[in-house]
Amino acid sequence: MPAWLPPPAVLAHLGLILVVFNMLVLSAAFMVWMERKVCAYIQDRNGPNRVGFEGVLQPFADVIKLLFKEELRPKAADALLFAIAPVISAAAAFAAFAVIPFGTSTTLWGLLDQPIPLQVTDVNVAVLVIFAITSMGIYGIVLAGWSSNSKYSLLGGLRSSAQMISYELSYGLALAAVIMLAGSLSLREIVLNQAGTWWGFIPRWYVFLQPIGFLIFMTAGVAETNRAPFDFPEAEQELVAGYHTEYSSMSFAMFFLAEYVNMVTVSAVATSLFLGGWLGPFLPDWLAWVWFLVKVFLILFFYVWMRWTLPRYRYDQLMEFGWKYLLPVAVLNLLATAALILWIG
Amino acid sequence: MFDTNELVINMGPQHPSTHGVLRVILRLDGERVIGSDVVIGYLHRGVEKLCEHRDWAQIVLITDRMDYVAAASNNLGYVETVEKLMSIEVPRRARYIRTILAELQRIASHCLWLGTHAMDIGAMTVFLYAFRERELVLDLFEEYCGARLTYNAMRVGGLPLDIPPGWDRKVRDFCDILGPKVDEYEQLLTHNRIWLERTRGVGVIPGEDAVAIGLSGPPLRGSGIPRDVRKDEPYAAYAEFDFDIPIGAAGDTYDRYLVRIEEFRQSVRIIRQALDGLPEGPILGKVPRLIKPPAGETYHAIEAPKGELGYFIASDGKSNTPYRFRVRPPSFCNLQALSRLIKGHLVADVVALIGSLDIVLGEVDR
Repeated sequence: MPAWLPPPAVLAHLGLILVVFNMLVLSAAFMVWMERKVCAYIQDRNGPNRVGFEGVLQPFADVIKLLFKEELRPKAADALLFAIAPVISAAAAFAAFAVIPFGTSTTLWGLLDQPIPLQVTDVNVAVLVIFAITSMGIYGIVLAGWSSNSKYSLLGGLRSSAQMISYELSYGLALAAVIMLAGSLSLREIVLNQAGTWWGFIPRWYVFLQPIGFLIFMTAGVAETNRAPFDFPEAEQELVAGYHTEYSSMSFAMFFLAEYVNMVTVSAVATSLFLGGWLGPFLPDWLAWVWFLVKVFLILFFYVWMRWTLPRYRYDQLMEFGWKYLLPVAVLNLLATAALILWIG
Repeated sequence: MFDTNELVINMGPQHPSTHGVLRVILRLDGERVIGSDVVIGYLHRGVEKLCEHRDWAQIVLITDRMDYVAAASNNLGYVETVEKLMSIEVPRRARYIRTILAELQRIASHCLWLGTHAMDIGAMTVFLYAFRERELVLDLFEEYCGARLTYNAMRVGGLPLDIPPGWDRKVRDFCDILGPKVDEYEQLLTHNRIWLERTRGVGVIPGEDAVAIGLSGPPLRGSGIPRDVRKDEPYAAYAEFDFDIPIGAAGDTYDRYLVRIEEFRQSVRIIRQALDGLPEGPILGKVPRLIKPPAGETYHAIEAPKGELGYFIASDGKSNTPYRFRVRPPSFCNLQALSRLIKGHLVADVVALIGSLDIVLGEVDR
């Protein structure tokens, strides 16, 4: 090995980052395809089936088309913010995934002296990092709405901020209950805390200890990712396309990408916090990530299923729901968890 | 320092959910509507004036283009008005087939309404389900008269065509299919919590106000007024059939939805009865070669899918065109209620209410 090369551990880490990044892009592409396919079957039609086998290459064709489109910017738009907004959205969506563990560790079949964990980085405050970064993503939407200097975009951006304050608190409280159970903020430790089973067949996942917390997290997750029934910022029938009305070409694609990567991230966080991450029976350790993928996929499928079944809430109704129901339930859930931990240990 | 400004939004004429080229100028406080102007006329083609320059038989074709999602109902209203003007007796078989066509048309129109209304509220899947059934109706029309949208399916004095062999069997099959499908729509929406929250108490219009504004059709019946031209002033063969007029209680979007859903079922009931009792006989009455009504004027209304569709026609008895041709389109009159309905509601409700009134711009602007 030439001397100018960094040590193998560093190389392996760079490789891991590359793998995770590409995995996210590919999973977003896969999600687009899956969403269209599942929605088509729900709606009694075929969906994309021309590009590649059963249309799997359709998302790539779409991206290529978008790449060749002209980038339009309204004259009255704030040029800098208009350009930055989609970058913020996409960057925040990708960055949050950095702290999510998706498997045990590997030595790459003995190539490395020290095993590296299957995770970009194991931060000891991972939950906070995720919380902070996903909240940053909202800036992308609000700025896009404001800088477009278009009324529909502005309303979309406003809705987004209104939506954020009404679910973030309950979202945080649902997370807090899990953190109390695990006694750690590191996602890897939270996952490892869920190892083992009760009576030999019920996995010790937090979803069984925190069913209410899980429901709150999932509901808030839908709002977080701007998915139906809480997709007000881009409600097509009301606001044309909401915050990204004025975007075209790749900047539109970035918002699109961010939306799907966000979905993957939220599902991955839910999997780590409540469904035992990569833990699962039957598979050897080095294949544990398959369980992770299966669980994430199931949650994603649930999101897609919901989107194509339910009508849309009104945004004042979400705020009412968030403040009047979700938040009190989340507080009670947190207090009950704290009390139970104190008494039972 | 912090004064609030009204936000004026121009919704339409190009907007995903103004159902064509309706333009609504909304004055908003935040997202709450504090005032609105409804601008129409983007699809004005001068149908009424045009009709005064076509002979009586050609006008049927123009009426197709008014409410283009319910062309057969438009045809029916026109030919019946001319028949009334000329005192022509229409054979019973023709009246039965006209009734079947009109009710099939009501189903097709309501399918389109349900799909677009549900899509405006965000339920995308219902849209495709409803269009799937509408397609079946269009197939039936295609087999009857060859056209799928603008049928030109009626003549003064009767019908141009008898039903093709086996058609009645297919209509019966369709009636069997539609019943369970309507249940399916209801499963998706009627008891859906989100649907209830989005439609209940939204756009309430009490019965007496509905009458004062001049609403007709499902929006009027949703407010609890049991007015239906089919029952009150029976035309075609409606007097011979047994059916109910569904009415609502609260007069909100949800009640208007329920009324129309029930009308699907009542239409199926009427079609079944008409098929059972379909008489034999001619399909065209005794009509002079050249249609030239005697001098006089008349108004005749039918219950189109969207409400009371009336024609006022004056003839001078000399020329072979109408002297004055005036349509009372249900969409146009129902649209009057929009400004009032959306006041105080949110932008999201505006699209729900436009959908709830079920307008077609081709008919509003003519």
